[in-house]
Amino acid sequence: MKRVLPFVIVVALAFVPLLDRNASHISAYADTGGLVLLAFGLNIIVGYTGLLALGFAAFFAIGAYTYAFLASPQFGIHLNFWPMILVSAAVAALFGLVLGAPTLRLRGDYLAIVTLGFGEIVPQVLQNLDKWTGGPDGIAGIDQPRLFGFGFGFNPVPYYYLYMAIILVSLWLLNNLRHSRIGRSWMAIREDELAAAHMGINTTTAKLAAFSLGAAFAGVAGVLFAAKLSTVSPSGFDFNTSVMILAALVLGGMGNLPGVITGATIIGLLNFLILPQATNWVQTLGQQLHLASLAGIDLNQYRFLLYGIILVTVMLFRPEGLIPSATRRAELHAEEQSGAPAQAGA
Amino acid sequence: MALLELRSLGKNFGGLAAVKDLTLDVQAGGIISLIGPNGAGKSTVFNLITGIYAPTEGSIVFEGRVLDGMRPDRVTAAGIARTFQNIRLFSFMSVLENVMVGRNARMHASIADGALRTPRATSEDREVKRRAQELLDFFGLAPYTSEWARNLPYGMQRRLEIARALASEPRLLLLDEPGAGTNPAEKQALMRLVQSIRERGVTVLLIEHDMQLVMGISDEVHVLDYGEQIACGPPDQVRHDPRVIEAYLGKGA
Repeated sequence: MKRVLPFVIVVALAFVPLLDRNASHISAYADTGGLVLLAFGLNIIVGYTGLLALGFAAFFAIGAYTYAFLASPQFGIHLNFWPMILVSAAVAALFGLVLGAPTLRLRGDYLAIVTLGFGEIVPQVLQNLDKWTGGPDGIAGIDQPRLFGFGFGFNPVPYYYLYMAIILVSLWLLNNLRHSRIGRSWMAIREDELAAAHMGINTTTAKLAAFSLGAAFAGVAGVLFAAKLSTVSPSGFDFNTSVMILAALVLGGMGNLPGVITGATIIGLLNFLILPQATNWVQTLGQQLHLASLAGIDLNQYRFLLYGIILVTVMLFRPEGLIPSATRRAELHAEEQSGAPAQAGA
Repeated sequence: MALLELRSLGKNFGGLAAVKDLTLDVQAGGIISLIGPNGAGKSTVFNLITGIYAPTEGSIVFEGRVLDGMRPDRVTAAGIARTFQNIRLFSFMSVLENVMVGRNARMHASIADGALRTPRATSEDREVKRRAQELLDFFGLAPYTSEWARNLPYGMQRRLEIARALASEPRLLLLDEPGAGTNPAEKQALMRLVQSIRERGVTVLLIEHDMQLVMGISDEVHVLDYGEQIACGPPDQVRHDPRVIEAYLGKGA
């Protein structure tokens, strides 16, 4: 049963755009796929290697803007979408190295603060270098993909399948990594970095690899995002976005792929589908009942309140997440079990 | 040429000389113990050898190579492995995975190999797993193969740490207080274990407080006090050395 379930899910997902014909729904599903990719990337850094990175949206921005620079009227360069996926991934990976390097000797809180800093710097730079980046308005008219003469345009369906395909390939790669030499090295670093070094693990390269591979996923998510929306602006890449990605990981369960997918799906659907729909619904209700307070409500404004509540609630009652890796559950409940503090790499 | 040579090795932390002018040879094939009162600098010597600290003075030569301040991962690749005074296992990884990680220095598969599951990666992993299982059998840890390291009884955790250290096929094994917290039966088993490790061709340098253990298996004993070597020689000679007795019991004993 357990082995068949993934196939069943994949097939079911393939049918979704045929069963639910609503374009804005399918667009929301596709955007949720983007959040899954982002969560995959952050999971390598935070979940596998235990490095608390708070400014992850910076890499998402870098991926998106790299594509925007090279496939829009902005500089008159129009490179093809498909190779740009890899190019943006590579550029983001490079920035993963650049932003990861200063953090190598830092632990826990300090690492978090530095990555938080970078997460703030990147959108600020994008906003201020307005001659090149279009400033707060960003860049519009970004090229959209064409495949075999068929243009994606603003039709969400091809983007949905594209996200699905990339997610499936990513799942394969990530599962391989987890059970490989580097995967074990990452986890060893998470458990005890000094001991890991004594096992012949070059912790510097391993941590840099985690940052750059994680950033690469965000870079790919960035290209897809920019192409689908055909616009980028700094506001989509701020700390709030980093928090959303982290919330997806925490909610679903860090360090294990089913958990990451679950958390990202829930947060994604909330963010892209449920809250906007609920807003419409409540506004309509308010109009019917002639209640101005309801008719004017915008539930989207409350989403960060909601993510905050989710984060706090999860940490209080089920810190290992909805689908925990057995490791994480044991780590977090070890104090209850044995009365001894759980060991954790800080 | 000795396997390991410490030449006038010194380490200062601010004004404190943790290790002072230490000269010591470790011959291949021996079991050598480093003893001394708490704070004598014994673990600091290990930390200097494995590259956690760089020497303030003097040098460390292993198989003719100067190690001074070489990074721990390179020291392991060079052929020295260690255990830690307070056990540093990978708690939430399985016993098998702990030992597999121990072999990392002898592995060649790259990240790309891992991501794409190339034949190189899969055949290497298979081999590493096989060797790890062999070590688990040797150490009597096979029943715990899939258990998390943290779930093992204390004595088994100590053994696992040694097994993990041996996974890199070191020529020199540094054991930091392997007998700490063990009961008499475990101690006997540990003594037999260290001897069988020597029989496999690994030289052992041992920090210990338990005199029964030290006297029982050592070829040679070096005594440190306040960072300096105050005696060295065969166990029987050292145990009767008045300076050693004084260091442990204080003047006027």
